[in-house]
Amino acid sequence: MTTTSLKKINPRSFDYWKAQHLLNRAGFGGQPDQVLALRNRGSEDAVDYLLDFQKVREEPVLADQFDSTIMQPRSESDRRALRQARQSGNEAALERQRTMRQERQRADRRQMATMQDWWLERMIETPRPLQEKLVLFWHGHFATGYRPVEDSYHMFLQNQFFRNNGIGNFKDELVRGIIRDPAMIKYLNNNQNNRNSPNENLARELMELFTLGEGRDYSEDDIKEGARTLTGYTFRDDEFQYNSRNHDDGSKMIFGRRGNWDGDDFVELIFSRPSASRFICEKLYRYFVNDAPGGFTKAQESVLRKMSATLVKNKWELKPVLRQLFLSEHFYDEENYGACIKSPAQLVVQCIRSLHTPARSLRKLNEACGYMGQSLFNPPSVKGWEGGRKWINTSTLFIRQNIALYLLTGRDERAQPWDSASADFSARTLVEHLDDISGRDTVRDGVVYLLRFAHSTPPDDDRVQQWVTYVNERGGRLDEQTLLNLLALITAAPEYQLC
Amino acid sequence: MTDHNEHPWSRRLFLQQGVTLASLAATTPLFIERSARGVMLPLGSLVSSQAGVPEDRVLVVVQLGGGNDGLNTVIPYGSDDYYRLRPQLAIQAPGRDNGALAIDGGDGIGLNPAMSGFKELMDEGVAGIVQGVGYPNPNRSHFSSMDIWHTADPQGKNNGWIGRYFDNTCSGTPNPEVGVAIGRQAPLAMQGASQLPVSFERAELFRWMGTDMDPQLEDPYEQIARTNHAGPVEEERSQNAFLKRTTLDARVSSDKVRRAVAQTPLVSYPNSNLAGQLRMVGSMIRAELPTRVYYVTLGGFDTHANQVGQHARLLEQVGNALNAFYRDLQAQGNSGRVMTMVFSEFGRRVAQNGSSGTDHGTAAPMYFIGDMVRPGLLGTHPSLTRLDEGDLVHNTDFRTVYASVLEDWMGADSNGILGGTWKTESLLRGG
Repeated sequence: MTTTSLKKINPRSFDYWKAQHLLNRAGFGGQPDQVLALRNRGSEDAVDYLLDFQKVREEPVLADQFDSTIMQPRSESDRRALRQARQSGNEAALERQRTMRQERQRADRRQMATMQDWWLERMIETPRPLQEKLVLFWHGHFATGYRPVEDSYHMFLQNQFFRNNGIGNFKDELVRGIIRDPAMIKYLNNNQNNRNSPNENLARELMELFTLGEGRDYSEDDIKEGARTLTGYTFRDDEFQYNSRNHDDGSKMIFGRRGNWDGDDFVELIFSRPSASRFICEKLYRYFVNDAPGGFTKAQESVLRKMSATLVKNKWELKPVLRQLFLSEHFYDEENYGACIKSPAQLVVQCIRSLHTPARSLRKLNEACGYMGQSLFNPPSVKGWEGGRKWINTSTLFIRQNIALYLLTGRDERAQPWDSASADFSARTLVEHLDDISGRDTVRDGVVYLLRFAHSTPPDDDRVQQWVTYVNERGGRLDEQTLLNLLALITAAPEYQLC
Repeated sequence: MTDHNEHPWSRRLFLQQGVTLASLAATTPLFIERSARGVMLPLGSLVSSQAGVPEDRVLVVVQLGGGNDGLNTVIPYGSDDYYRLRPQLAIQAPGRDNGALAIDGGDGIGLNPAMSGFKELMDEGVAGIVQGVGYPNPNRSHFSSMDIWHTADPQGKNNGWIGRYFDNTCSGTPNPEVGVAIGRQAPLAMQGASQLPVSFERAELFRWMGTDMDPQLEDPYEQIARTNHAGPVEEERSQNAFLKRTTLDARVSSDKVRRAVAQTPLVSYPNSNLAGQLRMVGSMIRAELPTRVYYVTLGGFDTHANQVGQHARLLEQVGNALNAFYRDLQAQGNSGRVMTMVFSEFGRRVAQNGSSGTDHGTAAPMYFIGDMVRPGLLGTHPSLTRLDEGDLVHNTDFRTVYASVLEDWMGADSNGILGGTWKTESLLRGG
């Protein structure tokens, strides 16, 4: 039976494997010594250390980290030249303008690729894993794709917005912030939403995908009227701009209440609906606890009700909800170990952070994430990544196995002949702490430990037996090459896709 | 209705099931049961609205990336405007030096002389051209317009149209090879809500690479793929059971695909990028994989400068590759159950630019090949006088073309997939 309790776990039960589960889910896993350090803090301190990440020093994001000017609108003189060229039918001048625009777009796409690498590197290196894990969560929740936005700097600003507010207040910081976010405004066409011709895109997704859930607690009329509250919410250069001339300041009827509502009022009204606390808790639950398909079980329903209540009681502050969850008996219920399928980013980052492989080429890793279905800054639609089993099919599975192999060995699929001398990776550190953890040091202990450590779930006996036999056939020693071979197999096993 | 509805156990299915049973029976009983069902259900449940369409039909999509110049592929040599607006680029009328290839009943419309491979198929009555295909408020960005074509959504923000077809028709157990794309990344068009398409650049990359490091890893890897298979019921909730099953599927798929592609084709293919991809597709069709849609891509059509030679080489590649592919299917006896559809994200501007090239435009032709295809020129060539800011105005919405592919060829309900009623004429003979 799954425990439905959000009651705190007994601090004495917080062992090495619970600490690892916490680090996998609230971050991207860690090496054995990091897991040990977390365990040694005890459950409360460990959770607070992860949650209060603002206290941890980190590499600051620089103001001039990226170029904000690449896609800025044409200057007045450029515009004048363009107008003149159009009027006079000056083909050569028009073509120069088109070429210039194409060059800017190319430069911007290059910056977008650099930004993907920059973010992936942050996930790999950050001393604040939960912060980056939440940036990834919000990027999937408030999904915005680069292509329609066509301005990498706006994608960067949105990414920073998630970094700065990811564990803050859902209503006052995240939702009120996102309706002012230039990338989102462009992506959902709110810059075209004005009093004379309203565009409903943002109003619709605000309720359907960001707060209430599809078809819950709102009607088509609420969308139409809601869109009017958001008229005139646009941006200029890199900043939100409220354009009062385009704003419809007439009276609107939303959820049966009439008033001269603006966008912030609309947000307040949405958060008076019962689904507002439920929907986001469902998404947090799927992301952090269990993403198995099918409806929620009775036990899960009960947990979701309690999470929602905590969110409302704390006036939409997210930290108390996550704290309660990460300290709960339910979170550490054995049914929830290995119950999430790693996203491509989680797979890559966790492989590096927990097995301690080199990161090798960030570009190659980002490309692989794309092949596995998760190109950063390019979610497939405003619905974001569905996640869970949707990540997996026969071809993504091979890419998943092979990218782990690449991280372990440094050899990609084109390299011939195979030479693992360049691996630049030692697996010994993974088993150095074996004495502290299991107290013994036989081949079986080593295999059991490595399997458990890499697979996040207790290994089944058949697996253990398969690989003990394999090691014994190789001479019965966990030497460097045997460990590497074992890890190649461990990362190719179906269980490795679980978190 | 044809009699295949009364006899769903056709030879092909029977054999397919037989092969599956023989090769796997010893190791994995549950997988067989599921896999055989996965193959059976979608085929049995689909009925084309048109008589004579075989039940095990396949669609092959060929994407020409970059915006193929439709006006220099299907040549309006009867138009003076064409020669006026393209003084350096225009292809001369048939009979002139390097002139267009005349099409039967073309009435001033011909084919680029580099397209002789395709022309041959037209002459045999197995290829057709739908003229002037586009959509309202054309988008001239490669990315946005390609997204619109892939999603059949003017906002370009939906799932892919083929993916939605899979969602609508192959519910339940996802069939691991129902859609196969050649390339590293699966195209948006094939991404649905319930399953990702299989994609690989080369068949030899569609496998685990660990045995390259140490060939002796083969046995333990084999054990990974073939142990502890839970039943379908457990798989509903257990992520672990689901992943074990997919790992086995991948192992089996990989073997099947690599064995298929390793065959020597019945005809010889030219040595080109597109021909290489179509050769793989031809081999997989011949091996009777349960795949319904294959997707291949050729780029390089963004001909902004010095277009003539470059464009001719591309069209020659396309025409000859399509010809070889059709000959292969013919030799296999499969040309009746495969339809090939060729498209690009847009055509190019009517007037040439200052660099002997063309810039991004709008409407363009689509090309279809197959025994069932209505041959010749379909629709009317877009007007070269009635332009919209220098661009062609489309006279066929691409969604009406998709609707016919879905309804008449794939036997699906296009309204549900395309979100509206688009179906008009049939692309098939006698439709």
